Amino acid sequence: MIRFELDPLPRRRKRVGVYLGVLALAFTLAGALFAAYGVGPLEAYGTLLEGTLGDPQGLAEVLRRTIPLLLIGSGLTLAFRVSFFNIGAEGQLLLGAAAGAAVALFLPASAVSLPLMFLAGAAAGGLWTLPAAWLRARVDVNEILTTLMLNSVAGYLVLYLVSGPWRGEQVQGFTYTDEFPGAARLPLLGDTLVHWPTLVLGVVLAVALQVLLTRTSLGYELRVVGESPRAARYAGMPIPRVVLLTGLLSGGAAGLAGVGEVAGIHYRLLDPSQISLGYGFTAIIVAWLARGHPALVLLTAPLMGLILAGGDLLKISLNMPFRVIDVFSGLMLLCLIAGESLVRYRVRWAR
Amino acid sequence: METSPPLLRLSNITRSFPGVLANDRVSVDFHAGEVHALLGENGAGKTTLMNILYGLHAPDSGELLFEGRPVRVGSPAQALRLGIALVPQHPLLVERHTVAENLALGLRDGLLLTRRRLLAKLRERLADHPLQVDLEARVESLSAGQKQRLEILRALLQGARVLILDEPTSVLTPQEVAPLFQQLAQLKAQGMAILFISHKLDEVLSHADRITVLRAGRKVGELSAREATHEQLVRLMLGREAVPRPRLAPAQPGVRLEVTNLEVRSDRGLPAVRGASFTLAPGEILGIAGVAGSGQGELVEALAGLRPFRGQARLEGEPLEGLSPAQLFARGVAHVPEERRAGTVPAMSVAENLALRTFRTALRRGPWLDRERMERQATELIQAYQIATPGPRAPLRLLSGGNIQRAVLARELAGAPRLLIAVHPTYGVDVGATEQVHRLLIQRAREGMSVLLVTEDLDELFALSHRVAALYQGALRGPWPAGEVDFERLGRMMTQAAEGAA
Ligand SMILES: Nc1ncnc2c1ncn2[C@@H]1O[C@H](COP(=O)(O)OP(=O)(O)O)[C@@H](O)[C@H]1O
Ligand SMILES: [Mg+2]
Repeated sequence: MIRFELDPLPRRRKRVGVYLGVLALAFTLAGALFAAYGVGPLEAYGTLLEGTLGDPQGLAEVLRRTIPLLLIGSGLTLAFRVSFFNIGAEGQLLLGAAAGAAVALFLPASAVSLPLMFLAGAAAGGLWTLPAAWLRARVDVNEILTTLMLNSVAGYLVLYLVSGPWRGEQVQGFTYTDEFPGAARLPLLGDTLVHWPTLVLGVVLAVALQVLLTRTSLGYELRVVGESPRAARYAGMPIPRVVLLTGLLSGGAAGLAGVGEVAGIHYRLLDPSQISLGYGFTAIIVAWLARGHPALVLLTAPLMGLILAGGDLLKISLNMPFRVIDVFSGLMLLCLIAGESLVRYRVRWAR
Repeated sequence: METSPPLLRLSNITRSFPGVLANDRVSVDFHAGEVHALLGENGAGKTTLMNILYGLHAPDSGELLFEGRPVRVGSPAQALRLGIALVPQHPLLVERHTVAENLALGLRDGLLLTRRRLLAKLRERLADHPLQVDLEARVESLSAGQKQRLEILRALLQGARVLILDEPTSVLTPQEVAPLFQQLAQLKAQGMAILFISHKLDEVLSHADRITVLRAGRKVGELSAREATHEQLVRLMLGREAVPRPRLAPAQPGVRLEVTNLEVRSDRGLPAVRGASFTLAPGEILGIAGVAGSGQGELVEALAGLRPFRGQARLEGEPLEGLSPAQLFARGVAHVPEERRAGTVPAMSVAENLALRTFRTALRRGPWLDRERMERQATELIQAYQIATPGPRAPLRLLSGGNIQRAVLARELAGAPRLLIAVHPTYGVDVGATEQVHRLLIQRAREGMSVLLVTEDLDELFALSHRVAALYQGALRGPWPAGEVDFERLGRMMTQAAEGAA
């Protein structure tokens, strides 16, 4: 007879095993889904792997999508650890992109253009979380709703800018700004779209936030506030300030990603739906998978980058419907949440 | 009684968890019409044994016999079918629903009835029942004792013949304890077998018929409650003689804490403490008796920097108003909170929990947290305060209540505080930990620390305090020297409006 019993302290090996198991399950279920569309699962995964990891151009596509996920994902991982459920990274990214564009378009181009753009982007993304963070810290308004609502506000704001005051002079009927000057463009890796300085920034941020959380006294404070607000209050920690700081950090990271997209790929501010391919939402999965460790985003962001790039590939080369890949990421998230509860049990074979 | 066959027999039950033998060949008989108490230190294996009875854990070996027949209890559902019910320590009720709706979960067809038919049916079944509850009240409005009664009723409606209660009194106020045992006695008279866990020896001695003592997974004794003594039980549980409590030394001259006309409001903005005044000398322990809701929580929170107040509170002349808990701790005010969860982070490691007071001061190097030093300090405290833990890096939630309390005390006393505010410091902890907590408080008081002890446990209050006082609806009565008031009078003082208060 099989029984499930609570396991108060799952071992690391078991934890890794369970997660790999549920990931395999997700891939199997998605395979069944592909089959239902008339594409053999092996063929689909074969195409997916070959076209991404097996091909330099494909690999570059994966990396290009990894970059924003890395930045936003590490910020969100920190925020989730503090129990600040920032669902507004998409809007924060757009605000970052807009601020970066403002620097590129309206300040004289110089050697410091790019650093200035990143600074402005981080500040704008961070500030964009402040209303939500402030409401949460002061009057305990649920930040999930407020950050989510700020997303659409950010979208309309950018749309307004590119179709109105910031609309380019040489763009005729289009809704985007003029191109950034050369000094405001990020260098690329070869002839790919991989803007490597942003990639480096993402790796540094993931590691830095990990160090912040685990090695500093501020990080200790963040963890206590996230785990047990009562204990934080008991110890006299400034909870509102911690929540505001978390909002600033996670929004700032998303803002950096926004600057990366416009300065590395588009060279202009354009329609919100073209700046970000839902990175702010996909990064939530990235952060969820990282289980509170920003450094783990170094693994989970490329994984989701692979899935996003693979999705495009399936769409183009196998004629799969557009939404299939969303279903795929949804399946994965579900399986991982299931895995989360499975880890807390152990199986026992009784007589 | 010994001649009738047992209703339920545990025979040679063994169960191990990774690294521990939680039950080692334990055999116990439970008879109908008998109250059986299970005693033992934290980690002795009591909960494991109950969980095996109730089908939550499977034994590695050994047998369960119900009315003489071997049975296998694979799940709580099977246990209920046999008539074995468990009243958990923390009630598992649907808070937003009414009592009747919660009871409906225990009736076979309960969920299919209309509201009116359900009420009628329940009224009929409970008509001449010793336990009575208001069927239409919402569960969230019930007290802990009423919720527990509801759990018991639900078990009875399900046809329970064996009732298991895991530490039933640890969630009750003193006034709720006596009624619980009266109810259990009535159920016993109706022929039920009752099994309960408790840390409080007096309770066990006066309300149980038989007592089984476990130590480190083994059964070390089974006695009839009529013949057992307090000392004997302590010896069995601890495996050694109890260490006598050190004597209180007289308080030192001077004033450590001076509280004048303290006014504190509750969360709802109502006056919770009304004009309390008292002083506390160096080395003095002042015991304040107060039940939940009498304003004791607000009084403590105000002095610990967690709640604004009006009036004056001075520590050696320095006003405490407006200081945060961290600033207060730096000035020598330590706080053992009422609920252990309020002062700990269960998911974080023992070492990190021990650092909650010093992460910003002694353990900080610039922006860095000195983890090496944090672990070294933790290892020292674990040794000094005999905290049983797999190690400084183990999550705190794995520790038993007694050991979590040891950790809290270790942390609070580590900075050599001048004033300790301790609320229910031995609430729900086992005999060994209680002994140690009492010894620590008395020793530290001898060395000059002042203690404001707030507890509902009058035995503890009188055993530890130089002076005692009672809080009733926010008004402080006393303090008086402990020798000048007796137990009954203080008990009345904390529960009755019209005590000719002098
Ligand atoms: N689910 C579990 N997994 C691992 N160890 C456990 C589990 N439950 C109990 N233990 C261990 O078994 C021993 C007995 O625990 P328990 O039955 O809870 O004791 P008690 O209720 O007497 O305090 C302890 O050492 C405890 O750590
Ligand atoms: Mg127990």
